[in-house]
Amino acid sequence: MTHFDAATAAVQAALDAGARYADARVMHRRYEAMSAKNGDIEELSQSEDAGIGVRALVGSGWGFYAVPDLSDAAARAAGGRAAKTAAASARVPGPVADLTPVGAGTGSWASACEIDPFSVPLSEKGDLLAHATKTMHEHGADVAEGLYQIWDTEKWFVSSEGHRIDQHIRECGAGISSTAIGDGEVQRRSYPAYRGQYGTRGWELVRELDLAAHAARTADEARALLTAPLCPAGETTLILGGEQMALQIHESVGHAIELDRILGWEAAFAGTSWLDLDQLGSLHYGSELMNITIDPTIPGALGSFGFDDEGTPAARRDAVREGRWVGVLAGRDSATVAGLDYAGSVRADGWSRLPMVRMTNVGLEPGPHTLAEMVAATDDGIFMETNRSWSIDDKRLNFQFGTEIAYEIKNGRQGRMLRNPTYTGIGPVFWRSMDMLSSESVAWGTPNCGKGQPGQIGHTGHPAAPARFQHVRVGVRG
Amino acid sequence: MEDIARRVLEMVGPGVEAEVFVGHTALALTRFANSFIHQNVAEATTSVRLRLHEGGRTASGSTTITTDEGLTGLVRRTRAAARLLPPDQGWPGLAPPAPLAGEGNWDEATAQAAPDTRADRVRAFVDAAGGLETAGYCRTMHAAGAFANSAGQSVAGRTAEVAMDAIARIDGADGLARLASGRLSEVDGAVLGARAAAKARASTGAVELPPGRYEVVLEAPAVADLLQNFALYGFNGKSYNERRAFAEPGAEQFDQRITLVDDVLGATGLGLPFDADGTPKRRVAFVSSGVTELVAHDRRTAAEAGAESTGHAIPGGAAFGAMPASMRLEPSPATGAPVELGAVVDPAAAPLLASVERGLLVTDLWYTRVLDPKSLVVTGLTRNGVWLIEDGEITTPVRNFRFTQSYPQALAPGAVLGVGAEVTTVPDGWGAAWRTAPALHLGSWNFTGGASG
Repeated sequence: MTHFDAATAAVQAALDAGARYADARVMHRRYEAMSAKNGDIEELSQSEDAGIGVRALVGSGWGFYAVPDLSDAAARAAGGRAAKTAAASARVPGPVADLTPVGAGTGSWASACEIDPFSVPLSEKGDLLAHATKTMHEHGADVAEGLYQIWDTEKWFVSSEGHRIDQHIRECGAGISSTAIGDGEVQRRSYPAYRGQYGTRGWELVRELDLAAHAARTADEARALLTAPLCPAGETTLILGGEQMALQIHESVGHAIELDRILGWEAAFAGTSWLDLDQLGSLHYGSELMNITIDPTIPGALGSFGFDDEGTPAARRDAVREGRWVGVLAGRDSATVAGLDYAGSVRADGWSRLPMVRMTNVGLEPGPHTLAEMVAATDDGIFMETNRSWSIDDKRLNFQFGTEIAYEIKNGRQGRMLRNPTYTGIGPVFWRSMDMLSSESVAWGTPNCGKGQPGQIGHTGHPAAPARFQHVRVGVRG
Repeated sequence: MEDIARRVLEMVGPGVEAEVFVGHTALALTRFANSFIHQNVAEATTSVRLRLHEGGRTASGSTTITTDEGLTGLVRRTRAAARLLPPDQGWPGLAPPAPLAGEGNWDEATAQAAPDTRADRVRAFVDAAGGLETAGYCRTMHAAGAFANSAGQSVAGRTAEVAMDAIARIDGADGLARLASGRLSEVDGAVLGARAAAKARASTGAVELPPGRYEVVLEAPAVADLLQNFALYGFNGKSYNERRAFAEPGAEQFDQRITLVDDVLGATGLGLPFDADGTPKRRVAFVSSGVTELVAHDRRTAAEAGAESTGHAIPGGAAFGAMPASMRLEPSPATGAPVELGAVVDPAAAPLLASVERGLLVTDLWYTRVLDPKSLVVTGLTRNGVWLIEDGEITTPVRNFRFTQSYPQALAPGAVLGVGAEVTTVPDGWGAAWRTAPALHLGSWNFTGGASG
């Protein structure tokens, strides 16, 4: 019995039990993570899981059931239970749910991978982390940490509309961080980002990061931060590094344009959105430099795939064009409710979770400047880079971010280092103040996006480049 | 499950220190928004986790494939990984045989709840909200686990939980009801729906107040966030060993009204009666009458600190550290019948309002993140209802704030003006931890800006 057979049996069982639509995903995932501290391997974790998740639509109600058993009997039972769960939804019914047509897709897709991460010897991976963290420790990091993570996911998707799709997605990434501990002060510097950089690529991504070459610098900077002056409080010109820009996009644009949030489906937990569908196409989201795309087709970016978990083929779409809000992240049911004719942004964290609207690669198109040009054009400001903390309200409007490091900018030159930098603002006000944007774009990967109940962890990508903003409040402290 | 655990130990064979955990979780969650059920999910998963220490080297692995082939593969991969890793200098040894201190909470009706049972609670919540828009979930879950190691420790247990966490909304104002329990019969959708609706109605027309330091009464969901951050970071034994945590055992770091415990086996506790190392759970006091007693340890961090495990090992804890899963802030002794102050304030918090001359009643905190781990300075926002208190009475709803506040400083000696006499247990968003808390009256909370723009 093939995995397609199991998925087909589950779908048929759901239909037999009264569903008017059903789909099923068989998934097999291998995961490996290693962490190191101060030159020693701290933990190696390897896991393997496989199972089937079935989604059924009965009347206007959805049901989902998942089991880690791929036998024909288990698949059929899961289909039946999904339909039964859907039927229970009718006790508190909503409007009739329909699905935006996407065509009965069939296909096969695999992410590009030069070096299979699981083929790289554990000893080599361990040596990489041990060497980098030893170097950081020797250069003064009290706590020198390194981490890599690998995911190898195979999926088989079948729907009652005729979808039959298989995908093989390999993802990996790594990072290091140095923590210096002073008298009542803890400072951290990370490379290339806190928790690292990730993509739908093979181990070549990790090799290109060249962690060892950056180890000493992170330790030196962490120690220097202990005695650096505090980031001043006030309103100033702010330049953000590319990695921090990626998180700024993720939190204050990506989540805000999720259609399920806009429709109120996440109101009690993740929250809603300050965006109103009536303003789609007309709302002035940011300055004319702001061009945000939803693009799961970017080779190697962490949010890339061939088809989403509803079987919709990957396609590029504008979310913000020259500052105007023009697109959302949608699924087939939410698109219908909103009167839209596109979907393609639905994914699940494993076979045991319900597919839901998730970011793919939501990124900012590069601008005409360079970071050096932005600094040179700034008389008085602050440059912040590498995220340290993030917090944003349930409408994705009010944010406060902290970064690991900042530098004063005076008369077009980068000056002294500043510690504990923070900045805060209101999304559209902030984005409208963006007046310079770099061309130095990188597709940053975020492997830890939490959403949904039960909780799901999503992998998202964010092409981003350094940018400059005006009149930003900085230096918020407790 | 005990059979699977024994089988895996046999596959590993002699001469290797090995431990196996077999867990079965059945989780079902009925989710609603815009006053109808829009997501209704269930899963039943059995997983096997193996950790072994061979030739001075440690590796761990897990699988959901419980066939002979799957288990053999788990053992083969984990042993192969151990051979390739460098020596583990911090290996603390396996947990010795020790009996459980209690069985944990179990309720058959909760464990066996059907989709209709959850849907009925949602129906009751929606109906009780009286036409207000509603959103949230009703969750039932049960977990059973068996642990065995080659040192002879063998324990098994089970637990069941029901949780309801939902809001009612009107004109952009939200009212919250959030409750977790070990017993299905204790979660009444109608009661919770009525409470959420009353708070939402009382929250309309909120005014903007200037940021600054305010006296506050935090209701249980807000206090739970303090406990969550203390559990994750403040009393984390690994962070303590690395000098990144604020906790200083033996020091009077909190107001004498503060006693903070972790108690899976107690009346309000939830979770399995042993930790990921196989160490039996017991009641642990982290803070007693303001004095920090200890931090949370698993066997590894305890060995490094020269201390005993407190029974707080979690899977993957070597990198993160130990974490209390069922933390409780002890209430103050009851001083009489609860005071009712109308619909806005939870009865458990009502008695604390009387002594507030000018302050804020805060229902919930949201998206809190640590800015400085050493002082546990946290930024976040208020959510689901804030009201101005003047001369002991609620006078007007207030729009949400952003705050930046050191949590230990908020509970420092002299900073706690009152502790409620009733506790509420609330779930976290992941079904992995629960926090039990009374309301708190605090002298100062640092609101750093308005949230609504």
